[in-house]
Amino acid sequence: MTQHHRIGGGLVDRSQSLSFTFNGRTMQGHPGDTLASALLANGVRLVGRSFKYHRPRGMFSAGPEEPNALVTLGEGARTEPNTRATMAELFNGLQAASQNHRGPLGFDLMAATDLLAPFLGAGFYYKTFMWPRAFWERVYEPLIRRAAGLGALSGQDDPGLYDKGYRHCDVLVIGAGPAGMAAALAAGRAGARVILADEDFRPGGRLLAEWHEIDGQPGADWAAAAWAELDGMEHVRLMPRCTVFGVYDHGICGAVELTAPDTPEDRPRQVMWRIYARRTVLCAGATERSLVFPGNDRPGVMLAGAVQAYANRWAVAAGRNIAVLANHDGGADLAEELRAAGLSVAAVVEAHNGQGVAATRGRLGLRGVTLGDGRRLDCDCLAVSGGWSPNIHLTCHLDSRPVWCDDIQAFVPGSVLPEGMRVAGAANGAFSLPDCLAEGQAAGRAAAEAAGHPAAAPVHRASGIAHAPAPVWRTGPEKGRAWVDLQNDVTAKDIALARREGFGAVEHLKRYTTLGMATDQGKTSNLPGLALLAGATGRSIPETGTTRYRPPYTPVSIGAFAGRERGRHFRPVRHTPAHDWAARLGASFTESGLWLRAEWFARPGETGWRDSVDREARQTRAAVGICDVSTLGKIDIRGRDALSFVDFVFCNGFASLPVGKVRYGLMLREDGLVMDDGTTARLGEHHFLMTTTTANAGPVYRHLEFVRQCLQPHWDVHLVPETDGWAQFSVAGPKSRALLSRLVDAPFDISNAGFPFMACAELTVCGGTRARLFRISFSGELAYEIAVPARYGNALGAALMEAGADLGVLAYGVEALDVMRVEKGHPSGNELNGQTGPVHLGMDRMASRRKDYVGRARLGISHVDGAEDVQLVGVRPVREGDTLWNGAHFLEPGAAATLEADQGWMSSVTHSPALGHAVGLAFIRNGAARIGERLRAVDLVRGSDVEVEIVPPHFLDPEGERLHA
Amino acid sequence: MMIDHPILGPRDAEEFVYLGDACLMVRPDGMAADAAEAFATYLYARENPAGRHRELWFHEQGDQSWLIVTRCTRTHAIEKVELAQDAARAGVVGQ
Amino acid sequence: MKRFSGLRILAEGLTGNAGWRPHWRDAAPAEAYDIVIVGGGGHGLATAYHLAETYGEARIAVVEKGWIGGGNVGRNTTVVRANYLLPANQRFYALSLRMWERFEQELNYNAMVSQRGILNLYHSDGQRDAYIRRGNAIRFSGADAEHLDRAALERMWPFFDYDNARFPIRGGLWQPRGGTVRHDAVAWGYARAASARGVDIVQNCEVTGFDIQGGRIAGLRTSRGAIGAGRVGICVAGHSSRVMEMAGMNLPVESHVLQAFVSEGLKPCIPGVIGFGAGHFYISQSDKGGLVFGGDLDGYNSYAQRGNLPMVEHVCAGGMALMPMIGRARLLRMWGGVMDMTMDGSPIIDRTPVEGLFFNGGWCYGGFKATPASGLVFAHLIATGTPHEAAADFRLDRFARGHLIDEAGSGPQPNLH
Repeated sequence: MTQHHRIGGGLVDRSQSLSFTFNGRTMQGHPGDTLASALLANGVRLVGRSFKYHRPRGMFSAGPEEPNALVTLGEGARTEPNTRATMAELFNGLQAASQNHRGPLGFDLMAATDLLAPFLGAGFYYKTFMWPRAFWERVYEPLIRRAAGLGALSGQDDPGLYDKGYRHCDVLVIGAGPAGMAAALAAGRAGARVILADEDFRPGGRLLAEWHEIDGQPGADWAAAAWAELDGMEHVRLMPRCTVFGVYDHGICGAVELTAPDTPEDRPRQVMWRIYARRTVLCAGATERSLVFPGNDRPGVMLAGAVQAYANRWAVAAGRNIAVLANHDGGADLAEELRAAGLSVAAVVEAHNGQGVAATRGRLGLRGVTLGDGRRLDCDCLAVSGGWSPNIHLTCHLDSRPVWCDDIQAFVPGSVLPEGMRVAGAANGAFSLPDCLAEGQAAGRAAAEAAGHPAAAPVHRASGIAHAPAPVWRTGPEKGRAWVDLQNDVTAKDIALARREGFGAVEHLKRYTTLGMATDQGKTSNLPGLALLAGATGRSIPETGTTRYRPPYTPVSIGAFAGRERGRHFRPVRHTPAHDWAARLGASFTESGLWLRAEWFARPGETGWRDSVDREARQTRAAVGICDVSTLGKIDIRGRDALSFVDFVFCNGFASLPVGKVRYGLMLREDGLVMDDGTTARLGEHHFLMTTTTANAGPVYRHLEFVRQCLQPHWDVHLVPETDGWAQFSVAGPKSRALLSRLVDAPFDISNAGFPFMACAELTVCGGTRARLFRISFSGELAYEIAVPARYGNALGAALMEAGADLGVLAYGVEALDVMRVEKGHPSGNELNGQTGPVHLGMDRMASRRKDYVGRARLGISHVDGAEDVQLVGVRPVREGDTLWNGAHFLEPGAAATLEADQGWMSSVTHSPALGHAVGLAFIRNGAARIGERLRAVDLVRGSDVEVEIVPPHFLDPEGERLHA
Repeated sequence: MMIDHPILGPRDAEEFVYLGDACLMVRPDGMAADAAEAFATYLYARENPAGRHRELWFHEQGDQSWLIVTRCTRTHAIEKVELAQDAARAGVVGQ
Repeated sequence: MKRFSGLRILAEGLTGNAGWRPHWRDAAPAEAYDIVIVGGGGHGLATAYHLAETYGEARIAVVEKGWIGGGNVGRNTTVVRANYLLPANQRFYALSLRMWERFEQELNYNAMVSQRGILNLYHSDGQRDAYIRRGNAIRFSGADAEHLDRAALERMWPFFDYDNARFPIRGGLWQPRGGTVRHDAVAWGYARAASARGVDIVQNCEVTGFDIQGGRIAGLRTSRGAIGAGRVGICVAGHSSRVMEMAGMNLPVESHVLQAFVSEGLKPCIPGVIGFGAGHFYISQSDKGGLVFGGDLDGYNSYAQRGNLPMVEHVCAGGMALMPMIGRARLLRMWGGVMDMTMDGSPIIDRTPVEGLFFNGGWCYGGFKATPASGLVFAHLIATGTPHEAAADFRLDRFARGHLIDEAGSGPQPNLH
């Protein structure tokens, strides 16, 4: 038994021992302990080093505000740096290590910086390290970076599981101290759906740390009983270990729940909750403040309430001989309580009566203090209380401003609160137990009533008073270093210096000194800093200002925000209705937005993707190939005004399109640049089927609905997005008709005369399966697209392969699709990138002048900087063997590479198996007029410079004879 | 944020896609002689108020309706939610 | 201006640091100035500095409604880079990057300009092609861009999720001269240098109206009284629409909120600045050790300086998808800044219909890295009446003319830029 600081009583389970290590040393604690309480029980006072001066640091608080006792938990990929020991629930096997020191914790080599403190005051780094210039990245910055930081990440993937959840309730009660318990009881008994969330693993708040009686029971027992009663209510959900960290618009709260620390790894270690509450009752309690005096940073100088909590809740003596320093009468009460617990109290120093601490001593832990009157006391713990500040953070996340309350020398919630929120208890500045209970009860009842559950609520009996602090923030002489921000080593002198240098505005002070920027987010330092600034400028604290509170209330792990959206689950995967068919044929797949699409189908003996793609393109052009194009967007358009609608959203005319025919459509944005393109089929007098590009299926549909609902609300038009409803194949190549003729059901006439180029029809295939057939071509070959209901996708693919076996049918992927479209000079995503208009694509003649349509007014006016006069052309290497590089820019022979000399850029390239050389599509200044001219395609980034000739963009069958075959 | 859909009730704003100022519903005549100038104003000029803002949201993860949401850009408080098509039919778009 | 140096720190340290003086004079407004700059952020202060230093103008004031450096220059993710696609932008940002490189020596203020490099990842062939096109445009402008293949990435960033990713990392575009700058120090450095050159920096002075006489600016009405002004320059990011409304102008601007995030301090673990190509996430690590990261706009018009949870979750998901080692780092602070999003995603620096009134704004979320060049070119415009050649395209009438500087190709929808 080494827990020689363990005393009697407390709320730890002595029947069990938990073994843990700190810096490799094995120690024992009990269930109910935090790491901090267990370390103190084992007599460990030095647990870390401060950020800047590497001063020794010990436990300062017993809660979430802890600025000092930051440790690294776990090891390897499970390393969790910067964990507050005061919030870490002890479990068997916990491994903790101190951080931010070089060499042993007790002899940190970096502590030498402390000796240089006179030269390292606030903002010193803005004034030096400027010479020589190149030294910043090479010398100074690496030195500073290595010295800075706190704990270290492992560099390995976090193996932890994180989850997300959504909860709805009538009343969300935040905090399960006396006020929160009373609020939850009142609302729960009224029948409201209640969520009670508390960051601690044991509910009760300060009832666990202080001596109180409620309804004739000890406070901790009352809390346990209340919790048990709430637990028994079906409509109440209790969420311990759950921190509500942020309040967002319209009553949505963000909360993070830590599961029990020994949760197995196949269960989430944290859960991110979004809580939708009709009413919120904030009972977040208050945070005690320290006082500013010389040497107030030594291990052993602690918040008085923490000393009390360690003694009462965790049965731990924070020191053997404790001095108390307070600016209110509560100091004497605490001394009495500590004595009653069997601890020795060296003195009570009353800052509100002119007493103070002038100095402290003890290198690695407090050994004694010198009082203002020169008396020297021996003590190993100094319990400090500078009053309490309500935890108003969540009241301010939505712009509400707090107001100053002189009585408690603290900010309290303002009169304007987030919609639906009430504040009760210490968070509202009501510090006595009867007030906490009464306010909590009233707020819980009112919240339940507002949510439709009126009921009377029981009144709890308790006693207790609150001690008003005197407006004393600092004791002792100005000489000597007195800390305001313990973690970031901001002292009273830094604040004075910052003011001297003109950084007297609160936000300037914060930024210049880093006051309040530590991991405790200023919980322990902001108000004392503000008070010192106010004192120095002769203004009141509210005149001096306050910094704005933002989420999160306490730091939240990034993994918890991400949840399961990582790795392969970062985004959902969309499979086409013919995915399995392609997989069976050995496709490799590539990401196309959320879709996975077959890129090519490798065969044995092929040495690389080029082999496969060349084969697929060549054989498609020679025989017949089929390609899954189900990802294209499909939008069904019907209604008496369907034609007007289609005519309005495309720049080219559709009025003359007969039923049973398909037309290519170019869709513009209102600014006259191209939004999308695709074919639209007229399936009936008032029935069209539009296809969009894969990437734009969603945006185009949204746009069409905008046109329908917002611009042309009187038209009779109905839109149904059908992308996922149909499987669609391109069937391309000279033998495509032969292949399809074997699948279409009689009496459908698929002959060239019966079903010519750009025809479309609804029919049945394979003996009765509904289908749509379009005679359209992306490859430039005789080609069709055939669609069947999604459930038949795999079957149709198989049927096509089977029926065409003797014709030499093969499946081709999107790479071969792209090869063939570049050979044909069709624009695709690289050309339709939102920066090009019809004139740049050589399609301006398509645009109608006779009708109004989206984009008409700005057609030909808009262009993107640097692309004013570019036109889409083809390029081919002058030397046939040269490779073209996509993204290259063009220069005239002999021109230097400057923005001014830039002639345009390469947008698509491919090796053409049909032509046997590389071909490219390019946007070149006045390109259409420069056919035959030679330029250099220059890729400085990858080091290539190729002479090319400008040619028309249609490399293959420019007259389109194959299409009509 | 929560948007109280006139038909579907309160919905998380995450279900919606935002477009912008509802003035986009007042499209000038593309055939007019001054269409180029009129559309420049329509496309590019914004009042961008700090306060009451009538704006368009599309219920993409829902019923595919366009809504006009009247929302304060300072506080995000929502005052009114209408179906855009109803407003357009009633000719009360530009208010 | 007494120079800052290591030697001076030593001397002051030995004498109790009693000799330090305010970095800039907190001036009261005079009755009139030749030039008044509205907005004491990075751009306004840099403009004032260049008006005094480069163009030799006298009687200059910067008026700021709060405290200087309190807007977006004090709340951003500190990235500087010149890796744009379009010539109008790239010309300008290349100049800005060159100016960052001599910022500290010129101003005698250490803003920790850290050229640690910036990486943009690509995950598909199409993205690669677009980055190569952009990389070549960057090289044509004289700035630097390199292509890194996956092997090169793995050497420098072994902690990326290469093999288990939904969108595998295939390569990246790397600009070694890009990096980060300690943002607050930029405002303070310019303020100190401007103040030393006689510029009045007037804080807590909110402009409430313009005094326009016969189509010409004559002065300003402010919360600290009327101030006469021969010329007025507006640099009020986040409030541009509101301030210009007082001059009767409707700008091609929407105000949107952009959130940014900082983690607890950590020992150095992330080299360079990294942009994910398959989601909204970019990150660097501050010298103090915090992971500084951000993503995309929340997406709706807002002046509220705060965002909502969905974007926080999206951004963190992007982070975890790219580098799952940050799962146990904790998010410490988050905030929202109001961005003046223009209709093409690029800024405006121009004269206005009111003679003597000049406007600088619409920086979207690219304003911080622009600060030095913005100050120079805006000072040039105000001093000479003609646009600086590096910003000649950032005109207000370009929208009507149809000359769009639209890097993203997303058209006139500000929340997509």
